[in-house]
Amino acid sequence: MANMTRRRTVELPDHPDFLWVADQKPKKAYDVIIIGAGGHGLATAYYLAKNHGITNVAVIEKGWLAGGNMGRNTTIIRSNYLWDESAGIYDHSLKLWENLEEEVGYEMFFSQRGVMTLAHSVSDVRSKQRNFYANHVNAVDSVWLTPEEVKEIAPIVNISEDIRYPVMGATFQPRGGIAKHDWVAWGYAKAAADMGVDIIQNCEVTGFKIVDGKVQGVKTTQGDIAANKVGMVAAGHTSVLAGMAGFDVPLQSRPLQALVSELNEQVLDTVIMSGAVHVYVSQAHKGELVMGAGTDSYNSYAQRGGFHVIEHQLAAACELFPIFERAHLLRTWGGIVDIAPDASPIIGLTPVENLFINSGWGTGGFKATPGSGWVMAATIANGEPDALAKPYALDRFISGHLIDEHGAAGVAH
Amino acid sequence: MLHIPCPYCGPRDETEFHYGSEAHVAYPENSSNLTDEEWAKFVFIRSNPKGWMAERWVHSAGCRRWFNVWRNTINHEFGPSYKPFTQQPKSPA
Ligand SMILES: Cc1cc2nc3c(=O)[nH]c(=O)nc-3n(C[C@H](O)[C@H](O)[C@H](O)COP(=O)(O)OP(=O)(O)OC[C@H]3O[C@@H](n4cnc5c(N)ncnc54)[C@H](O)[C@@H]3O)c2cc1C
Ligand SMILES: [Zn+2]
Repeated sequence: MANMTRRRTVELPDHPDFLWVADQKPKKAYDVIIIGAGGHGLATAYYLAKNHGITNVAVIEKGWLAGGNMGRNTTIIRSNYLWDESAGIYDHSLKLWENLEEEVGYEMFFSQRGVMTLAHSVSDVRSKQRNFYANHVNAVDSVWLTPEEVKEIAPIVNISEDIRYPVMGATFQPRGGIAKHDWVAWGYAKAAADMGVDIIQNCEVTGFKIVDGKVQGVKTTQGDIAANKVGMVAAGHTSVLAGMAGFDVPLQSRPLQALVSELNEQVLDTVIMSGAVHVYVSQAHKGELVMGAGTDSYNSYAQRGGFHVIEHQLAAACELFPIFERAHLLRTWGGIVDIAPDASPIIGLTPVENLFINSGWGTGGFKATPGSGWVMAATIANGEPDALAKPYALDRFISGHLIDEHGAAGVAH
Repeated sequence: MLHIPCPYCGPRDETEFHYGSEAHVAYPENSSNLTDEEWAKFVFIRSNPKGWMAERWVHSAGCRRWFNVWRNTINHEFGPSYKPFTQQPKSPA
């Protein structure tokens, strides 16, 4: 089990430079407009073209390609959630990851190095074991580890019983891992553009054209653009867009921060998360330790948070991984995540005809990039929710069919 | 770290407080007659403005009292804070 890292030594291919030369102008009209060139918007455009043959598509982005959460996340990929609905969409996504680089023809540094989630108390052990059994029922790979087995896979973990929150066990998903987020975005963007999709940067959607309850296009800082169908894939800004279209969404936008250390020798070849002490860590390909924790507590659109949140996660990290004490912090940053009451996404139709929504991925949507784009493309193409997306409809907050992953995930990445 | 103006104690560090989300969300009248849609709105929908927002905080490691305050979600600037059941100051916008 110890050596599951797929270490890459390949030469990096050249980036498709033309994609971020911000001079592509929008056409007057498209079949489909996707708002937001994050991972989910780009993947939606890619699968619209690839799976449904719809190529008269524009992805409209107010900033630059993957400048939102897609370029700011800590890239943890796993599918070992608690509920059946989650197993459905997240494991579909993981299966897509497993062939994505070959399919898209772009290096993404997808590395199935496993994801370990530590338990630190008796109740923590019980809830993680419940999760572990639920994964088995859903045929999602999952292993229960004793503290000694944790140590075997990751020798730098402190499994002493004398620390404040001792390691009492862990779940482990061997198929989980990480990927290089910006390369994932560029890969999807390039493949979509090759099939005819326009990617328009520096173009903010400022309103919708809605006639008789039906969307006809968008207003933007580069003029009005007509469209038969529009998909909102705007992560932290979804509430703002829904407001322009005249309906409410149960989302709150919060800062989520992450950090990296300076480059180090390879000391960790898996991903370790701990919800109870609020830290998670992996070591990226160049050697930097990548860490994050929970959100800052308040609503914000500022893409930054408080340093006490960073201090809190570093305190936990240094106790769990004593050798980190000597690592130097290089950089911290934040993104704005869209959090739903049940910590699950909102995907599907909206009260406005031909306007579709994909949001609420909150702190954990990177892993779902392929699956989210896949179901969103099918939902837009067919005008009705894809089977895997159906449980995630906006009306679950009226029916009460919530998909409550809050307690299940702890640190919800 | 935010410097939050408690109306009882004055400005204090964020780590002394807990967040309480949108202010002035009243429990619905005629609650036994509400439809599922109306309940969903009360339970799950909170405003999420980009800009000035009236919100609640509790000074949990200080005076332990709840209060309301205007804060700008774009740059984290604070407007006036005020005690519950007092006249809400105008939005600084
Ligand atoms: C610090 C951090 C760590 C994270 N770690 C993980 C992790 O380890 N694993 C994981 O699975 N997930 C993680 N996430 C969550 C993940 O990043 C998000 O759930 C996911 O990226 C959201 O989808 P997206 O890529 O489409 O969002 P984004 O990249 O944010 O895309 C939305 C885009 O919409 C654009 N937009 C908004 N409004 C408009 C408008 N009016 N007009 C035009 N364009 C507009 C924005 O500029 C933005 O580019 C993390 C997030 C953060 C911030
Ligand atoms: Zn006080």
